Amino acid sequence: MNPSTVSRRDIFKLVAAASATGALLPAGASPPPLARNFKNILSDPDYSNPDGPWEKPLTEPELATLTVLVDLILPADDESPAASAIGLPDFLNEWVGAPYAENKADLEILRGGVAWINTRAFKLHGKEFGGLAAEQQTAILDSICDPAKAAPELAAGARFFSKLRMLSLGGYYSHSSTWKSLGYVGNVAIAGPYPGVPDEIIKLLGLEGEI
Amino acid sequence: MAILTDRKSVREYDVIIVGSGAGGGMMGMLLSLSGVKVLMLEAGRNYDPVKETPMFNTPEMAPLRGKSTPDRPFGHYDATVGGGWQVPGEPYGDKEGTQEDFWWWRPRMLGGRTNHWGRISLRFGEYDFKPKSRDGLGYDWPISYEDLAPYYDKTEMMVGIYGSNEGLENTPNSPPGILQTPPKARAGELLAKKHARGLGIPIIPIHRAVLSERMDGPKLAAKLFPDNPLARRLVAADMSARAACFWATECGRGCSIRANFQSTTVLLPPALASGNLDIITDAMVREVLTDDSGKATGVHYVDKVTRIDSIAKARVVILSASTCETARILLNSKSVRFPDGLANSSGQVGKNLTDTVGSSMAGHIPAMESLPPYNEDGAGGGHVYTPWWNYGIQEKLGFARGYHIEIGGGRMMPGMGSLGMLDATSPGVYGKKLKQEARRYYGAVMGFAGRGEMIPNENCYCEIDPDRVDQWGIPILRFHWKWSDHEINQATHMQNTFAEIINAMGGKATPRPGREALNKPGEIIHEAGTARMGPTAKDSVVNSFGQTWDVKNLFLMDASILPSNPDKNLTLTVMALAWRSADYLLGEMKSGNL
Repeated sequence: MNPSTVSRRDIFKLVAAASATGALLPAGASPPPLARNFKNILSDPDYSNPDGPWEKPLTEPELATLTVLVDLILPADDESPAASAIGLPDFLNEWVGAPYAENKADLEILRGGVAWINTRAFKLHGKEFGGLAAEQQTAILDSICDPAKAAPELAAGARFFSKLRMLSLGGYYSHSSTWKSLGYVGNVAIAGPYPGVPDEIIKLLGLEGEI
Repeated sequence: MAILTDRKSVREYDVIIVGSGAGGGMMGMLLSLSGVKVLMLEAGRNYDPVKETPMFNTPEMAPLRGKSTPDRPFGHYDATVGGGWQVPGEPYGDKEGTQEDFWWWRPRMLGGRTNHWGRISLRFGEYDFKPKSRDGLGYDWPISYEDLAPYYDKTEMMVGIYGSNEGLENTPNSPPGILQTPPKARAGELLAKKHARGLGIPIIPIHRAVLSERMDGPKLAAKLFPDNPLARRLVAADMSARAACFWATECGRGCSIRANFQSTTVLLPPALASGNLDIITDAMVREVLTDDSGKATGVHYVDKVTRIDSIAKARVVILSASTCETARILLNSKSVRFPDGLANSSGQVGKNLTDTVGSSMAGHIPAMESLPPYNEDGAGGGHVYTPWWNYGIQEKLGFARGYHIEIGGGRMMPGMGSLGMLDATSPGVYGKKLKQEARRYYGAVMGFAGRGEMIPNENCYCEIDPDRVDQWGIPILRFHWKWSDHEINQATHMQNTFAEIINAMGGKATPRPGREALNKPGEIIHEAGTARMGPTAKDSVVNSFGQTWDVKNLFLMDASILPSNPDKNLTLTVMALAWRSADYLLGEMKSGNL
């Protein structure tokens, strides 16, 4: 009901109610809209907005190096796209900009790591990492990809690569466009009773007779 | 369905209810359907699960892929909005000497915690009402299982619960025809069941407040409200409008098709349809008002939008603000007559605070690697669980009370952490091989979470901090906590049990000591006991109907009144108690006693 149509009876009720319950809206007024009263946009978010309310700190050159790196970590194959094709560098930029301790720590690792790997490439080949030949790039990655086996003087690079690899895995496979290739086939409505486990899997796991 | 903050005016309210969750929602529905004029005050914002639930939203549509953050502890899509363990401007503290920081969850939204809860709905058993008689610890209830059983029946019919009757010790059956068919178990759940059997650990269908089938509204409503045509008509229509689960999306997001139970999907819609319920949201209650005779006359609240102090009046006041908020309101309702707070002549308000004992473990199960894909979303929560199975040897275990095990894992919607195990399984791998490793290991993890009974002890309580107020000027709570050996030893037992199950399934697990593996106090969000019921006014706050001994027209209806905190999750029992209390309250109002 529009407030302008409030009847005399409603106004009477309003006055009576005000004495009973203190401050009230006019009787018959439309209910207030769903309100985010306290500007807690972090804890009461707008689900239509995919971006958090923070800046993305990485620069274009940093993102260019990360693009090369994430596509070496998760390249295109027959079943799924390359990491950069689903915007993984931009996701990493959002990730390291968030105001939480975990993300702040990751900004330090990723920013320092990008510089570390470009310096490493420059020392070995006189160019930044993105400008190297593929076999030169993989040679550097092979030297740092396993922290347990990396040379002590490359420990910072190994730490960076470990972090980047796990963030890439998380960001890549949490994107719904990769789910089919991973083997996640849910998030769809099913009518009727829940179907349960296919016979093929029952046999594979030796679960015949279990219900 | 409309959840409206309807401010149409009524001259006098019969009943004010503070809080809109399980207890307040059930009271509000039953009273308003019986013609009682009810005003409900909710400290949080209005919330409509039909319009607001992000049902099928995927992680890339959210900041940080929807991962949990300090602002969104259960992830971006969790139903809780504007609340959590920290609410800006509403601090709480720890009392000097506390062993642990207490975490106090406040949802601050219409429907409260019922919007995001796990929907696990287990009846307390006969032992659970008489714990002190069995082991000498804690407190017996002034009622027994038989007193509450009829109200469990009604609550289960009203809410819609899937599950099965297994006849296990202290794990009550529901009468025939009440429970809905449970969904079939998932692969990992069946695998756990098969291997736990050899360890003597049962795994059976869990009971959850999710509709596995449509409700027959007219039939159920006729059983629930045979003598109340208005209730029968409104509840029948609303029940029939609820959809069955379509086996997708986590229940913790809420449910726009109303297949699962939330106060906002099940209790408030018929209550509002009656025209007898008004709700004011963003209304933060600071105290209960009393007159010279010591009767409650209403409540004093702060309108959070305008910051204006307001007063609402009624014949009866019901506090359903949650265990600690209810205690806070009572302790802040001081007067010359009630210098230690309202309804606190026993000195028990704020005491006996408990939370569920929590400890968990996840394990990689090699047998589940590289399985063919199939849809394991299911009911948005567990399909099976383990009820406590060691009643017969309890005295040999070094802790007095039991726990149940919640089981999860498998091919859930991938999130940021879903492939975290590759850090250990696949060191040094990158490129196409890494994608193969991801496909191999995805879904090959099972997790086990223990949820155990804590026994009230004198070191666990909340009280008013004399020096601090929140942004509404209301004195805040501070907490004191110390685990007893019962909880620590129980957590150790959980860890050993989970490791045994994981190892039996072919994984490799190492248990942690209980003291390290315990969740934080308040982290399981099952607080209870701060205004417990008892047989006499001397040592308890309320009678078995939630009526305070000291103020006859003041009722409490949330988990604050529970004398014990069994492992079985509180919500179903709070609603059953609310139904019993509503019957009593209606009788007292009718007979002129209130």
